[in-house]
Amino acid sequence: MASKKTPEINGGSMADISFLMLIFFLMVTTMDKEEGLSRRLPPIPTEDQKVNRRNIIQVKINSNDRLFAGNELMDVSQLKDKIKEFLLNPNDDPNLPEKEMKTIEGYGEYPVSKGVISLQNDRGTTYSKYIEVQNELIRAVNEIRDEFSMVTYGKKYAKLDEDRQEIVRKAIPQNISEAEPKDVKKR
Amino acid sequence: MAKFIKSDKGGIPGISTASLPDIVFMILMFFMVSTSMRQTDRKVLVSMPAASEIAKLDRKDLASYIYIGQPTSQYQAQYGTDSRIQLNDSFRTIDDIRDFIASERENLSEADRPFMTVSIKADKDTRMGIITDVKQELRRCSALKIMYGARKGAEVHH
Repeated sequence: MASKKTPEINGGSMADISFLMLIFFLMVTTMDKEEGLSRRLPPIPTEDQKVNRRNIIQVKINSNDRLFAGNELMDVSQLKDKIKEFLLNPNDDPNLPEKEMKTIEGYGEYPVSKGVISLQNDRGTTYSKYIEVQNELIRAVNEIRDEFSMVTYGKKYAKLDEDRQEIVRKAIPQNISEAEPKDVKKR
Repeated sequence: MAKFIKSDKGGIPGISTASLPDIVFMILMFFMVSTSMRQTDRKVLVSMPAASEIAKLDRKDLASYIYIGQPTSQYQAQYGTDSRIQLNDSFRTIDDIRDFIASERENLSEADRPFMTVSIKADKDTRMGIITDVKQELRRCSALKIMYGARKGAEVHH
């Protein structure tokens, strides 16, 4: 008597089928990472805040991608230190921004700088230069935050938990204002 | 002496391909998990500038994209080589941004709307003029959370 066996399904074509699907997925999907510089635009009716002259630093990029910070021509590599000096004002220079004692919940009193960075660009500025300068500005603020959190918590800002990051953000705000479009003259 | 007759005539036995489907399936799974579906056809060339202080977009589903750059070669005859704005799948102008933002907002749930992020992906050689116009229009639509697309790059200078 011949034993009745159910015939096995031939799996030989499985590889071909899965290769087809693999190729399909390779074609239709992307591996783009969503990264960039996060910013917040000011709302449209900008109430002209009266900002004390010493509390503002003008960072301008003209149409030839030349950078001016506080009315002096400089290279991008110098910008970070300039901004850090502006925001920290270590010697309480009367030409640099004033500080205001603020009570931060969970920390106590801290002299928060009132400095505002005003970034202006020309219509002819290239985007890469603009991002480079933005990057430097953010880098300056991030470094100050790192230093502050190293001193207070012994850790870098990025490694702190959410509540402490909030405290650091309050102590060292990121006040970068992207000004109304204005033509920066060639100089 | 039939015992000693070799059934096959020597040679190298064939490699078993039984595990091939499993291997390919594994690669397939990897790609399905790590990639995302391409939403739009790029019609502009975008090579993003490098930056070191980049942050990750935490919720991709809340993002709308504005591409700015030179049209790709097949569209250059029609649209020229000047920087153009691409919204969804077509070339648009500044005036269309308002409708675009409104419809993108419509697609989100009520609770998510304040967190909508507009990701501006512009080519690094774009002039700021067009980007400033886009920013002004976004402010008028009160879509204030934006992100300048950039790729992680080494610091350009020290």
